[in-house]
Amino acid sequence: MTNSTTRLYSYYFFIPAAVAYVLFFIAPTFLSFFFSLTVWTLSDWSFTGLDNFRIFLTEPSLNIGFRNSLVYASATCGLKVVFGFLLAAFLCTDLKTKGFLRAIIYFPNILSTIAVGIMFSSLMHPSRGLINATLAAAGIRGPDWLGDPRMALFSVILVDVWKGVGIAMTIFIAGIQAIPTHYYEAIMIDGGSAFHKLRYITFPLSRSSMNSVIMLAFIGGIRSFDLIWVMTKGGPGFTSDLIASIIYKQLQGGFYGISTAGNVVLFFIVSLLAVPMYRFLTRVEVDL
Amino acid sequence: MKRNRSRLHFEVIAVALALGLFGVPLSYVLTNAGKTSADAARMSIAPAAKTRYLANFAEVIATSDYMLLRAFLNSAIITALSILVLLGISSMAGFVLERRKGRTISWINFLILAGLMIPPAVVPTIWLLKSIGLYKHVMGLVFVEAALAFPFSALLYRGYMGAIPRELDEASFMDGCNGFDLFVKVIFPLMKPVSTTIAIITSINIFNDFVNPLYFLPGAKNATVQLTLYNFISTYMNRWNLLFADILLISIPPLIFFIFFNGRIVSGMTAGAVKS
Repeated sequence: MTNSTTRLYSYYFFIPAAVAYVLFFIAPTFLSFFFSLTVWTLSDWSFTGLDNFRIFLTEPSLNIGFRNSLVYASATCGLKVVFGFLLAAFLCTDLKTKGFLRAIIYFPNILSTIAVGIMFSSLMHPSRGLINATLAAAGIRGPDWLGDPRMALFSVILVDVWKGVGIAMTIFIAGIQAIPTHYYEAIMIDGGSAFHKLRYITFPLSRSSMNSVIMLAFIGGIRSFDLIWVMTKGGPGFTSDLIASIIYKQLQGGFYGISTAGNVVLFFIVSLLAVPMYRFLTRVEVDL
Repeated sequence: MKRNRSRLHFEVIAVALALGLFGVPLSYVLTNAGKTSADAARMSIAPAAKTRYLANFAEVIATSDYMLLRAFLNSAIITALSILVLLGISSMAGFVLERRKGRTISWINFLILAGLMIPPAVVPTIWLLKSIGLYKHVMGLVFVEAALAFPFSALLYRGYMGAIPRELDEASFMDGCNGFDLFVKVIFPLMKPVSTTIAIITSINIFNDFVNPLYFLPGAKNATVQLTLYNFISTYMNRWNLLFADILLISIPPLIFFIFFNGRIVSGMTAGAVKS
């Protein structure tokens, strides 16, 4: 059989994938380590050591992206996990409008990020926007969602959660539906309440879908670029800049070395945070 | 009985909340896309006195010398070609990835998993594309999109291969098939369900993609629908009716996919997320 294994499942099958994947993903990643240490004009480079990283991490207009990206990733991830889980648990109960609710919550995912960003730029207009108009009708003076330096990042985080919570919910629903019903029957016989079911069965046993949601949302958040770019362009000032928006600004400015250093910083954040996170999460996973 | 009623109340509240949080923003776009610019500037959700959807659509399509039509064509070509490349490379990879074991395979698995997490390096990719003459070229973007979607898609194929019995391979081997025959004549046709799922999910993603066309395909000639929408923000200077009309137009293709393939989208996404 070993003979037929090597003959049937030849490594040649990897060649087309390897060409595309190495050339357009792996090679640029390795090149980024080198070019992040240079002053680079695309046609020419000169070596500067760790200067780009020093600039990236000390320049106030640049290192704000570092903090903002961590805030953005943690906040969107946390909110998606909490709301996604609660929505999924609720939408796995016996409801007549279950299908409708799942569909409408999932729907924003098929809209493009740019469309969603434009939509909420209008809804979040400080004076006439629908959100503040509604708040005003209730006697509340709404904030300047995107114009206030203390609010802008937070507002975009809310929009990100609005768009992405449907995916989290869908993954949780798949996880919850895989939980055998006899666990619930057992807790009912023991006289447990709906809260007990949620706390002692649904929550611990949807661990593996929770891990997927946390990883997807965190990594998506740390690399996020398009929503912030269409809604605030990192503004006002630099207050809502993310690492990815800074990478793009440096690219536009022709500072290719600094831009690439930003990419390398992102690489290390993902490797240093996401990989151990993945290890930790999968270790505490419960088998059904 | 009482319990049932409180449950009903609960459900009514839930539906009202969902309509408020998700229905209102969507219907806001829908109604304002059919207003005049002055009317849309009031940013109200009230229906228009007189709707003018057709006039707005016509104006959006004619903007910047029928840019949107060219963008639709570009996006369609890019999406279709990327899916073709992606299905080709990832089905072959997924096939061998599931069938073989050993150190080499573990390494390849590791590289693929890394691709799910590591963000692509922007400027080095531009530099590489430039040096092989594919920067600002549709094919350059096609390969980048296929390469970036490859990890997810290869893992889905690998998962699906597990359900295809090895006895089939052995039988084909006895019948004198080599690996290539086996893959083309037996395995690939059997993987049709997962191929369809991947094609649907990634085509929505690539059609809606803004970031990669922005990086790797700049220039008016090459505009995709999402780049066009983004550029129209400054062209239209807060004429929200036209921006929303554009949003409606470019959301039609994903919407059609969503209506027809809702189940497949959900199953593919959860298979990808829960399994890995």
